[in-house]
Amino acid sequence: MLVDGDTGSTSDWDDRWNHIKKFLERSGPFMHPDFEPSTESLQFMLETCKILVIGAGGLGCELLKNLALSGFRNIHVVDMDTIDVSNLNRQFLFRAKDVGRPKADVAADFINSRVPGCCVIPYFKKIQDLDETFYRQFHIIVCGLDSIVARRWMNGMLLSLLVYEDGVLDPSSIIPLIDGGTEGFKGNARVIFPGMTACIDCTLELYPPQINFPMCTIASMPRLPEHCIEYVRILLWPKEMPFGDDVSLDGDDPEHIQWVYQKSLERAAEFSITGVTYRLTQGVVKRIIPAVASTNAAIAAACATEVFKIASSAYLPLNNYMVFNDVDGLYTYTFEAERKENCSACSQVPSDLHFSPSSKLQEVLDYLTESTSIQMKSPAITTTMDGKNKTLYLQSVASIEQRTRPNLAKTLKELGLADGQELAVADVTTPQTVLFKLCFTS
Amino acid sequence: IMASTKASKEQKYDRQLRLWGDHGQETLENAHVCLINATATGTEILKNLVLPGIGAFTIVDGHTVTGEDVGNNFFLSKDSIGKGPDKLLDNDSEFFHRFTIVIGVQLPESTCLRLGSVLCSASVPFLVCKTYGLIGYMRLVVQEHTVIESHPDNALEDLRLDQPYAEFQNHIKSYDLDSMEKKDHSHTPWIIIVAKYLEKWLSEHNGQPPKNYKEKEAFRQLIREGIRKNENGVPEDEENFEEAIKNVNTALNPTKIPSAVEDIFNSEQCKNITAQSPSFWVMLRAVKEFVHNEGNGSLPVRGTIPDMIADSQKFINLQNVYREKAMQDAAAVSKHVESLLQSVGKVWPESIPEKDIKLFCKNASFLRVVRCRSLAEEYSVDTVNKDEITSCMDSPDSEMVFYLMLRAVDRFYQQHSRYPGVYNYQVEEDISKLKVCVNSLLQEYSLNVNIKDDYIHEFCRYGAAEPHTVSAFLGGSAAQEAIKIISHQFVPFNNTFLYNAMSQTSATLRL
Repeated sequence: MLVDGDTGSTSDWDDRWNHIKKFLERSGPFMHPDFEPSTESLQFMLETCKILVIGAGGLGCELLKNLALSGFRNIHVVDMDTIDVSNLNRQFLFRAKDVGRPKADVAADFINSRVPGCCVIPYFKKIQDLDETFYRQFHIIVCGLDSIVARRWMNGMLLSLLVYEDGVLDPSSIIPLIDGGTEGFKGNARVIFPGMTACIDCTLELYPPQINFPMCTIASMPRLPEHCIEYVRILLWPKEMPFGDDVSLDGDDPEHIQWVYQKSLERAAEFSITGVTYRLTQGVVKRIIPAVASTNAAIAAACATEVFKIASSAYLPLNNYMVFNDVDGLYTYTFEAERKENCSACSQVPSDLHFSPSSKLQEVLDYLTESTSIQMKSPAITTTMDGKNKTLYLQSVASIEQRTRPNLAKTLKELGLADGQELAVADVTTPQTVLFKLCFTS
Repeated sequence: IMASTKASKEQKYDRQLRLWGDHGQETLENAHVCLINATATGTEILKNLVLPGIGAFTIVDGHTVTGEDVGNNFFLSKDSIGKGPDKLLDNDSEFFHRFTIVIGVQLPESTCLRLGSVLCSASVPFLVCKTYGLIGYMRLVVQEHTVIESHPDNALEDLRLDQPYAEFQNHIKSYDLDSMEKKDHSHTPWIIIVAKYLEKWLSEHNGQPPKNYKEKEAFRQLIREGIRKNENGVPEDEENFEEAIKNVNTALNPTKIPSAVEDIFNSEQCKNITAQSPSFWVMLRAVKEFVHNEGNGSLPVRGTIPDMIADSQKFINLQNVYREKAMQDAAAVSKHVESLLQSVGKVWPESIPEKDIKLFCKNASFLRVVRCRSLAEEYSVDTVNKDEITSCMDSPDSEMVFYLMLRAVDRFYQQHSRYPGVYNYQVEEDISKLKVCVNSLLQEYSLNVNIKDDYIHEFCRYGAAEPHTVSAFLGGSAAQEAIKIISHQFVPFNNTFLYNAMSQTSATLRL
């Protein structure tokens, strides 16, 4: 292998980075106002710049390849999953022999062998298993997640890293977050500068909550094959426990799905409903979202372009949200998502909760989960009273749940809460507690 | 072994089978794609076709791999030597006839023109792709591409409330809202409710349905008054009635043949059915015959209804009324298919299976035919689409400017046998040379548009670079368009797509 004197790196060959150098070493009319062409940007990207990729699935595999071929060598990747055969239609770093192995490990291996000089470090973990010290080391973080809860958590983590001095944000504490998402033939890519531009929670309404079928439909008046499948999943399985007591339904176990399928057929036959298939059964039980290589390729490409722009300062980054849809022709729409003034994640100011003192705590809990702008999953509510921390309600620990459950039926007045009182709420959707301020209505 | 391969393919392709079905997958597995030029863009496109299971591919590439290529291409790690497309065409003009689709990447205009003409006469679709700096370009060249399953995102329901067919009318008659028990009343499908109240309205308004906002409001109010009240006169919670009120607007849409479908009915291919007519046109003509006969001016009934609040039996019964009518209509269309085929000496159902006719009828409102102009038409001074170009360039930063720059850059290549700004020292001096090409292009086509110097400078700066991330974006986009062409599902773009990675914007132009 030839040594390229310019880069000072021994695994490079002549002309390796020609395609990229044109954007780093030349000036142009559309470049970022702060950009100075030089050979140092390439040095920075090759040797110093540290990128974190969250997810090594449909978007993650593409992102790793894109970054490796764009001059990034210090890449870390986090993914808590192992490889499944249904990943192989798009997650191209994996082969049939890899099924069962951790995605992060296999992806890192593949890139490291294919792209000389690139060093991908894998973490077979949940994002929640890593802490601020870990996340703080990165220049840019790019997400290819399939869960809104995880996105919000990541969003919250980066917000928690922000440093304010006398109320002024220290720009060096900002880690840009590039977020990509896909579903079938639709996708989006967005750029977030935490503390400066719209965050994930600022635009929570773009992700409306998942609608489940009403229980009375499932229980007594099914009309669609999906209703029959949900009946078996939600009502019949817990009743019959077909694989043993305390054996819950595992969507990845073909025997479980087969059982659900057969029972769904029986249910459907009762009501003369047609259309229950094995594929539909699996889709409903696992809440499967269709996926193809092409959409993931396009969205990951757009995200990686943004990583490149931000790392090199060569161009102004996307400002700040692009939507993609190739069902009918190809359609993209780019707009600037706006920060929400009272965003529960990034506004720094406790959001107001408007309730009458005679409202029950249950109503507050319902609001926190059902409001489209908050959408918490199982909030734990605490407050400070008489200088001491008091848990009003917490679901995730059985003993505390039992102890605090009676509070749900009590009114805010009965609980001793005053107008203007701050409530600290913890939830899976954020690594930090969120502050709310009670505003009593008459 | 066959069964286990099939099962593992079902598992592997599960996530995409949910989008295009087993029949769509079959078309991919029977396809043979030709890729011209295994550049970064080319191999990215190919990867996105191999992953979903394309049956076969052939790469035509006369270039030798360079260090630069290995830098941006995930699939290169050693040299490959071969023949390019021009040489192939010189030796064997029918080389490309065997392919389902030809994808040409980073090709000069002259080669594109030549290929375009050859492929047109062979009826092989041609997809041209180019990554140039931060710009992505695609051009689809296909004379006529028919789509039965376009899978529209927001399709209107086909409920026939404005012209209920006999069986539907009978079914509506079987309901007597006033005499129903409370439970039945609140579990009657909203379609029945709207139908009943529409009957009432028509009888009170001279057979005229609600037309404007005021009348629709009044109609909604009429339905609202139908909600049962309890002994204190307070309206009960009848969600099905709320659904009816919410759906009044769309429910009252007149049943109409979409203009896109009318246009297709008026095509030459529909009027002249021969023994060579593809099944799409035979079925379409049969549907047209149906419309003028049994259909009384309407397409075959689609046969589906949305889910709605109702007890199981009422819903299933109503659904069956629509399903049976759809089957009847499809059978009538089949009869027309049969006689059309007979008239050109072909046999039914062997030529066109009944399930194909059923699928066609179900999608009758969504049929699409995409016709792309040839490259010769696009490039010729006599037929260039001046209007599209000048109107887009009213906004001087429209993506159209990139199209014009790509055309200018090709001219530069023709004149200087190289692209502008490839080496650092060339960038400055090539700006004026490229500007000459731009001006000669505009002059040749008599285009009275202004191209900012900034774009000319930028295209010199690009130095014909093919950065990986832009190649990857095109790789995804182009692969999906190829899949649409192969599967005849979803609608391809028509006919030019431009992607700007600087601003993450794009546009589709018809040139």
